[in-house]
Amino acid sequence: MSKVRVLVGTKKGAFVLTSDGKREKWDVSGPYFAGWELYHLKGSPVDPNRIYASQCSGWFGQVIQRSNDGGKTWEAPGGDIKPGPEAMKSASNKFVYDGSAETGKPLTTHQWYDGTQHPWEFKRVWHLEPSLTDPDTVYAGVEDAALFRSSDGGKSWHELPGLRGHGTGPRWQPGAGGMCLHTIILDPSDPKRIYIAISAAGAFRTDDGGTTWKPINKGLHSQYIPDPNAEIGHCVHHVAMNPSRPGVLFMQKHWDVMRSDDAGDSWQEVSGNLPTDFGFVIDVHSHEPETIYVVPIKSDGEHYPPEGKLRVYRSRSGGNEWEALTDGLPQSNCYVNVLRDAMAVDSLDSCGVYFGTTGGQVYASADAGDSWSPIVRDLPAVLSVEVQTLP
Amino acid sequence: MIRVELPQHLRTLARVSGEVKLDVADPVTQRAVLDALEARYPMLQGTIRDHVTQQRRPFLRFFACAEDLSHESPDALLPEAVASGTEPFLIIGAIAGG
Repeated sequence: MSKVRVLVGTKKGAFVLTSDGKREKWDVSGPYFAGWELYHLKGSPVDPNRIYASQCSGWFGQVIQRSNDGGKTWEAPGGDIKPGPEAMKSASNKFVYDGSAETGKPLTTHQWYDGTQHPWEFKRVWHLEPSLTDPDTVYAGVEDAALFRSSDGGKSWHELPGLRGHGTGPRWQPGAGGMCLHTIILDPSDPKRIYIAISAAGAFRTDDGGTTWKPINKGLHSQYIPDPNAEIGHCVHHVAMNPSRPGVLFMQKHWDVMRSDDAGDSWQEVSGNLPTDFGFVIDVHSHEPETIYVVPIKSDGEHYPPEGKLRVYRSRSGGNEWEALTDGLPQSNCYVNVLRDAMAVDSLDSCGVYFGTTGGQVYASADAGDSWSPIVRDLPAVLSVEVQTLP
Repeated sequence: MIRVELPQHLRTLARVSGEVKLDVADPVTQRAVLDALEARYPMLQGTIRDHVTQQRRPFLRFFACAEDLSHESPDALLPEAVASGTEPFLIIGAIAGG
């Protein structure tokens, strides 16, 4: 019988939630890396027991962790090598921006909050995206925004400098949460195509495996930036794709829910009848590529659900027409947020949908959102949720 | 033999309990001790000093013999009591944040 494993990153550690295919009874293990911020954990599609985790702290910086047994035990990649000079080459948490001449345009500054130029400074890894074909290859989206890749299981990391170097980099600027590269989507139909998104620069695409990139923000309209229709500068919160239709993308922008039917070349707003189109998460049903989910948040100044009612909104028409999903969710006095990487779907026949809140609840629906129940209620603030569907 | 005390989170990361004992050749400086520590426990690289600049991370401090050595040159000699192993070299996390 199939199983699901939900990987939860929180402000104070990681948790692994497991259940059988019924998704009624759950085992909770953790906290792993207690006391540290776990921005993201994600398993390899090729080897589900291989899981990568981003562990960080204001005191000790960034650590990358790796599990080879489905999250039971963890190691810092390369941390087990023998002491001595060789050990000094270990660099599993070393993210150094590429300033080499080969990039053609060594890039050292971006726009700061006051409009001046500011040096790129590595702060943390927001998102880890394992390769679709190789368990030892994994991408990391970092703050300050850049894309790194490891091809040795996380032991060493190298920037794909074409992203920062393609020309608009000096005009990128931080959003309120920092200048983070938070979304990485690998196209299953084209190994050379990758989508990424940055707050607050926008969405970008490469069609040559990461060497060259282009902004894909045409159609985005952001009234809070000097030119609302600018090529870059949009505060994209998250982007989602159904693997069966890799050219169709859905985006939760700072304000506005958007869709693209041409791999990001153009976008149309599909906010429709949502009570508010501000929010962070967006995801797509695993079997119905026109069924999408968002969690509307009241506003950019009030990061909680409107009216104190926690509602997931589902559209079965690819946007514009939305229905509120409330069964099992608190409908009064609820003032939590759902952060951008904190929603995921499983691939069981009846699609499971999962999301975590800043109040420490992780909710699950085994019926595509019709009804919900909490797996856990009192974790630290949830930063990310991913799910693995296991045989 | 140099004695080093790590903050709890770094002891967990390095999978050690109690003090760490290191052989460090003369001259015994902050840099020499940290180099030896990171060579023995590679997973600690970048957690005490920045990978690139080798600067002490802002929320960590170095103490020994009841003195704050955080702003000393990394190449200054550590107190004799540290070099002889009588006193530990303390790496302390700032009491800040939640």
